[in-house]
Amino acid sequence: MSAIQPPPDRIWWKQPLDRVEGTWIVIAFVWCMVLFFMMPYWHIYGKQNLSNEAYRTTPEMFSKKTQEVVDKYTVRTETELKIPVVHPPAGSDVYLIARLWQWWPMLELEEGKTYRLHLSSMDYLHGFSLQPENINIEVHPGYEHIVTVTPTKPGTYSIICNEYCGINHHTMASKLYVVKK
Amino acid sequence: MSIATPSPDLDDDDLDEPIPAMQQLLDNPFLLLFIGVAMPTVLYIIWGVMEIVGIPIAK
Amino acid sequence: MAINRNFRTCPTTGLVFHEQGEKLIRWNAVAGVVSLLVGGVLALLVILTRWPAVHLLPADWFYLALTAHGLDMLVFWIIFFEIAVLYFCASTLLRCRIAAPRWAWTGFFLMVIGALTNNVAVFRGDSSVMFTSYAPMGAHPAFYLGLILFAVGALIGLFVFLGTLVVAKSEKTYIGSLPLVTFGAVTACIIAVFTIASGAIILIPTFLWSLGLVNSIDSLMYKTVWWAFGHSSQQINVAAHVSIWYLIAAIVFGAKPMSEKVSRGAFLLYIFFLQLASAHHLLADPGLTSNWKIFNTSYAMYLAVLASMVHGLTVPGAIEVAQRQKGYNKGLFEWLRKAPWGNPVFSGMFISLIGFGFLGGISGVMMGTEQLNLIIHNTIYVPGHFHATVVVGTTLAFMSLTYFLIPVLFRRELMFPGLSKWQPYLFGLGMSGFAVFMMGAGTLGVPRRHWDMTFAGNPLGHEFPGAAYLMMGLMALSGLVAIVGGVAYLLITVGSVFFGKKIETPDFKAVTVREGRAAWPARQPVAVAIASHGNIGLGGFVAPGTFTLAMVFLVAFVLYYFVNWKYLSTVWPLS
Repeated sequence: MSAIQPPPDRIWWKQPLDRVEGTWIVIAFVWCMVLFFMMPYWHIYGKQNLSNEAYRTTPEMFSKKTQEVVDKYTVRTETELKIPVVHPPAGSDVYLIARLWQWWPMLELEEGKTYRLHLSSMDYLHGFSLQPENINIEVHPGYEHIVTVTPTKPGTYSIICNEYCGINHHTMASKLYVVKK
Repeated sequence: MSIATPSPDLDDDDLDEPIPAMQQLLDNPFLLLFIGVAMPTVLYIIWGVMEIVGIPIAK
Repeated sequence: MAINRNFRTCPTTGLVFHEQGEKLIRWNAVAGVVSLLVGGVLALLVILTRWPAVHLLPADWFYLALTAHGLDMLVFWIIFFEIAVLYFCASTLLRCRIAAPRWAWTGFFLMVIGALTNNVAVFRGDSSVMFTSYAPMGAHPAFYLGLILFAVGALIGLFVFLGTLVVAKSEKTYIGSLPLVTFGAVTACIIAVFTIASGAIILIPTFLWSLGLVNSIDSLMYKTVWWAFGHSSQQINVAAHVSIWYLIAAIVFGAKPMSEKVSRGAFLLYIFFLQLASAHHLLADPGLTSNWKIFNTSYAMYLAVLASMVHGLTVPGAIEVAQRQKGYNKGLFEWLRKAPWGNPVFSGMFISLIGFGFLGGISGVMMGTEQLNLIIHNTIYVPGHFHATVVVGTTLAFMSLTYFLIPVLFRRELMFPGLSKWQPYLFGLGMSGFAVFMMGAGTLGVPRRHWDMTFAGNPLGHEFPGAAYLMMGLMALSGLVAIVGGVAYLLITVGSVFFGKKIETPDFKAVTVREGRAAWPARQPVAVAIASHGNIGLGGFVAPGTFTLAMVFLVAFVLYYFVNWKYLSTVWPLS
């Protein structure tokens, strides 16, 4: 009998397991448990976990808070669009707006310091993609996501959008500077 | 309409033996349909939507 | 109205086809192949645009083509073909008339109208919102309407399938339990019901929103419920192509399942847990807690991965046992070396199995791990993964099945038999390379769904390393090989169906069959059944070659898994 015909025995549930199958099921099950427990393990012992801290917000509320930080800590502007570059105090709250088709403002952070980065979108979904670190976080409109980040190496990083957000999606890019204290 | 007859070599013992519960479950597509729809509806959709609804409002 | 009880028996295979069921299987398969043709042309355009050296289409056309490619392939091609497979598994394998053929035709026409409506909306140019159509980015109402009509049609098809099971049982066309392959089809059907229900929950409000009747759609709510539709629809494929693996193993080798309990138990784990994995898509999103993410993304402790690993053993294991019983019992791999590698039904199925496991399966677990997702989310690694699952896995399995169906179902000889021998290799290996190079580029951060990775003229653009461009170039070249394989497939199938040499059966006539023909097959004493396994294999294992392959798979899996954790540990600390 084959897989395209009904099982030949009326009661097939009691057929003994073959040794190949039994052994493999045990091995595979153990591996699946390893796969599972790596996630809680990393929450306790690992350093790269996405924050669960999020709030409901509105574009108006979020841009107001962003504007306050920009007004206080802008150190210069860049490109002909005069995008402010914000250098907030180490350990403070940093705001980043995603909107069609721009990240605003630009950020300058200090190496080895920890910041609370607030992310929200003004319109569609956007994808915060930090390169070349390759850290990728989804940015939603109406939600404020607070991620604690610690830049480890000085340099110029790129933030590109990797969630499709319309016809000029591929132009949405910005810089993030990490400087030595 | 003819009714299928069990082939002769099925002895009485075999027919009397009850079908194991797991085999009965696997032979019941509609029960499986119910479980297969209920599990993800509760664990994925309802749990997920409740978490989204419960997100606090930003200060 | 009289019930149509006309059947014909295929003279080569002995399979029994119901007159209405056969027509439905044919037309659904044909509609699927037409979608594949459209999606394939678009695939070529997308490849040639993402190949940085060519960069063919302008941005608006690229996003349009990518949207249509996703829908035509992931939804229309696959679901049309799956409905055909379901009807085959219910009507042909159970030797039963199809229940409610009129409803089945209604469903079919709704699916056709839905697919056309959706395609028209996309090609008009104002619905380039991608397969995912994330709100609040809106498409033309016809975009959502088309999907809804298609889904309603597919749902009718699913109920016709379930109805056919009921008819088969009450008319006693089989006795005992369903055949394993039909049970796999039941699994696919159950997942499909959940898929379509979720689609309805989210697409109907979105449709009303596009008409202005609903004020707003919450982006996070949309994304969460949408993926219960979007990802589950791909889980239908998994259940369907695993069933096809068993089907082809049975057809080509007469292989029987190593044990009914294990294979069915694995399908049961799919029914319980597979659909939870929709959470893969929300691991980088705010607002859902790690509890929800970890539980759902791991299919409740990876029990569906366990199921896939079991199928990955039992399908080749069943083939190995069948081959060894035929006398190919030497060493570890004689059974595999002596397999019919020139038969596209087998070679396609085997490449599908290996590619799905090694490329699609392993990469899927990487992306679906909560923390590892951070370094993969929305990079081109993601399409790399799902081209390995949905294209190498599902599409190639479907292709190899068509080589079997053309002579059986359409009664035509295969045209270009020489080309058909090569087609699975061209398509399968090309597509595997395509997927691997995409994953490579994704590891270097290249985004998916992106028209210009060079950021030409943008003072703030990112400069990707040369290796990323190399990967994208190799991806395009492999993609072109796969396209050649796809063209070969379409040439062979369309050519054979329309112009293939007719297979004439002398004195053929349809037979009207009354219900109630099944009888218990002659029973094998248990002792004989076990003894017949006893003298094959090595070291007490009936399928030692398969077990070796499985261990190779496991080692690759473990190594790659921990390499990714190592890589994650080097990026910026986040909490």
